Amino acid sequence: MVSPNSAATPGPQGNAGEVRTLNDVVIRLAGNSQDGIQTIGGFLARLAGRSDQEVMTYMTIPSTISGGPSIFQVRMGNGDILSSGDQADFLVAFYQHSYESHLSSLRNGGVLIYDTDHVKPNLDDKRFTAIGVPITGATVEAVGGSSKDKGKNLFVLGLIARVFNLDVEKLAALVKERFGGKTEDIVRNAMLAFDAGYAWPADNIRDCFYRFDKATASASASGRPQVTMDGNTALTYGLITAGVRYGSGYPITPWSTIMEMLRAELPKYGGLFVQAEDELGAISYAIGFSYSGHLAITGSSGPGLSLKMEALGWAVMAEMPLIIINVQRGGPSTGMPTNVEQSDLMQALYGSHGDAPRVVLAPRNVEDCFYIAIEAARLAREYSTPVIILTDMALASRIEAFDEPDLAKIMVPPSLDLSPRPADFKPYPLDRITRHAPPGSRIGSGVYPTVTGLEHDEMGHPTGSPALHTKMTAKRREKFKALAATLPVPEVFGDESGEVLLVGWGSTFGPVREALGRLRQNGTRAAQLHLRHLNPLPQGLEDVFKRYRDVIVVEMNDEGLYGYGQMASLLRARYANPSIRSLTKTDGLTFRVSEIVSGVTQRLTAATA
Amino acid sequence: MSAPSTLSPAAPATDRAPLTKKSLTADHPTWCPGCGDFAVLACYYRALEKLNYPHEKIVTMAGIGCSSRFPYFVNSHGGHYIHGRSLPFSAGISLGRDDLHVFVFGGDGDGFSIGGNHLDHVARKNVRLTYVIMDNFVYGLTKKQTSPTSPIGFKTKTDPTGSFDQPINPMRKLVDSGATFIARSHATQVNHMTEMIMRAAQHDGFSVVEILSECVEFYPGAFDAANPRKGGAFPLIDEKKHDGSPEDANRHDTSDDLAAFRLASELWPGRFGVFYEKKRPTKNQLEADLIARAREKTKGASDLQLLQNTFARMR
Repeated sequence: MVSPNSAATPGPQGNAGEVRTLNDVVIRLAGNSQDGIQTIGGFLARLAGRSDQEVMTYMTIPSTISGGPSIFQVRMGNGDILSSGDQADFLVAFYQHSYESHLSSLRNGGVLIYDTDHVKPNLDDKRFTAIGVPITGATVEAVGGSSKDKGKNLFVLGLIARVFNLDVEKLAALVKERFGGKTEDIVRNAMLAFDAGYAWPADNIRDCFYRFDKATASASASGRPQVTMDGNTALTYGLITAGVRYGSGYPITPWSTIMEMLRAELPKYGGLFVQAEDELGAISYAIGFSYSGHLAITGSSGPGLSLKMEALGWAVMAEMPLIIINVQRGGPSTGMPTNVEQSDLMQALYGSHGDAPRVVLAPRNVEDCFYIAIEAARLAREYSTPVIILTDMALASRIEAFDEPDLAKIMVPPSLDLSPRPADFKPYPLDRITRHAPPGSRIGSGVYPTVTGLEHDEMGHPTGSPALHTKMTAKRREKFKALAATLPVPEVFGDESGEVLLVGWGSTFGPVREALGRLRQNGTRAAQLHLRHLNPLPQGLEDVFKRYRDVIVVEMNDEGLYGYGQMASLLRARYANPSIRSLTKTDGLTFRVSEIVSGVTQRLTAATA
Repeated sequence: MSAPSTLSPAAPATDRAPLTKKSLTADHPTWCPGCGDFAVLACYYRALEKLNYPHEKIVTMAGIGCSSRFPYFVNSHGGHYIHGRSLPFSAGISLGRDDLHVFVFGGDGDGFSIGGNHLDHVARKNVRLTYVIMDNFVYGLTKKQTSPTSPIGFKTKTDPTGSFDQPINPMRKLVDSGATFIARSHATQVNHMTEMIMRAAQHDGFSVVEILSECVEFYPGAFDAANPRKGGAFPLIDEKKHDGSPEDANRHDTSDDLAAFRLASELWPGRFGVFYEKKRPTKNQLEADLIARAREKTKGASDLQLLQNTFARMR
């Protein structure tokens, strides 16, 4: 594991022109949303992916329509990159406000590259190596014409390519792929800006040339090439791989890109995606598709999920397979629409009315977004149930590289089962899991089923019978006990027993894993357990929890009235284990590794005091 | 009918006994004796008998309300969904499975109040299905509250001194929303109702029939003005025949939305029959075209090849 404090990270020491090798580097690009810094961040991420390097990105986007500060942070290197990095080694500041807001994110000894046309830095600050480059002016000069300062992102990309000795051929290919669909002029201007940045007089930056340590570059274990994408893209293609061909949604950040991709992609696969009139309509279209025999997907972000809740209750009652994605953001209400939070757990588990159990899953990183979509589809079909996938803003927008999935092996063809049902077919059998018979399937008895939100008997007829309501409620509950029995005990990473077990779910996986490494380096006997199936919980957790003096649940939500985050509350209620405690935060940003290390250390000290 | 979407099976041969009232009957209706909805149910059976679709391809859907109990009384595939949302649910069925015949039943509260937004948008999208609104001008299941079609002055439990909110004019609303077949009937006029339901079912697009269906419990006599047996009149719309005859000039052109709007603005009880009927591409067709164009572009690549190509681009 490589920490940002390792000896090989860049610094201003050394002789001019010397090339230093490094394992990993954190580059933060700070500008405005229209500067295209996401574009070059994306190029860097994909280049790292194509070079068999690990990569993770972090992005903040303003919720305004145009303009406003925006950053993109790329951490690339060899070995496991699990978080986007607490502190930047390199900061590129496009504007004065970028400089002022983000200088604190630059580590001591780091390198600041700033646009001399817009930034007046404090040159007395000797903590950093400051390098001024007239980014705007040099771009305008290189591209010429009426393009104004468009292309300065590519100028910076060229500059970074030179400093880090990146593979220019691969980068140029990426630029051409990105702009290839547009006019020749655009590609030419992009390359002019890139070349100008790459060739920028080396004198100014001769103190910092780096080369990634090829010796430790880890070839992928699978032997397959790496692919680079964000979490929403991984979810989208996971759904398609799982044979999902129908869906419906309504626009809301940060869910919208999933529906945009599905709308564009599904017709190629013979399916369709409906942009509905509202969230209630969206889930209703999706349940209609599922009822018609095609497992369907709908999705939203926090407030939109709330709007879908009544229909979700129907899908639980009628036992209809359905996938619902919730890309969590800061709440309640419109809250912090472009920030991250894990505060929809209770809504996902218990939202809606009545006793309405459903499956809830959470992916741990971008790669897992792909695989969890396949798991969600499997469970929805096997248990005839709605399945909620709880992802979040951080996963939605960050780009990671991972081994290309073995698509030929895992692809599930879409299926529509219209086979004739036998004469004894019951839509809601008490002794078995419900198997929906879509319209078009003939029923041997000639009696056709009605699916319903009213409590019903085995044939789907409405009933007010107290005994039947008890039995049917149990039926809808017991299938999830059967599901839980099939789930393996989650893997424990680290010490088999000891002082502390760090429990997490969703996108906190990476920072928790890095924090665990540091805690163990400091001599703490610690381990990590990460939950992927949140409802039902896998079996065997109580025995794992007992092996540690403390169990600390790390999650991005509020500690609530009683001092415990949402998952911590759930686990305490479920296992009645007083060792379960909570580490939470609500600043709308992903956990830094150092925040977890210090938070856990404080709690351990407090426990022993 | 458009080309069915790729996952929809072809219709099987009709090698079976024709549909009968007996084979279409399910649970005994739970409506109050004398409710107008009984007649609507009987007409639905009769229309299905005449249309004689394959039994397993008929879908009977509803939302919530007295009239929305409908699917339990019909032996066909079907469902009883949540209040106001039966239209997007049913549109999902229709778009997912172009081989099915989708009928949706509901009341004025379900369709015009809680489901008003869905009605506008499914109409606008022209999804192929038939929607029968059993309008009784009152909330019956919840025992007499004001409905969006309650006339001004009507006394209910929520307006004990008489309703004063402007009621909806269903025909005008539907013309404006973009429904492509709009008709109106009366639950005491069995032959007319059956004819309207059949024409709606045969229309290629979003078809709506509003049926004035009396609530004998909470609004008795509401529709007597259009019931000849109660001293009223049942004036039919005289549809233009386009035969060039002089009398044809004064007949109603059902393809003219402004004429439909004017007709819908006549004083109570107004006219009955087809207000509007227009051929416009259905969403079913447009989505099928989109799929066809997308598949043409991908040159017959399999799903696996498409996915593999996409992942190769993300290397």
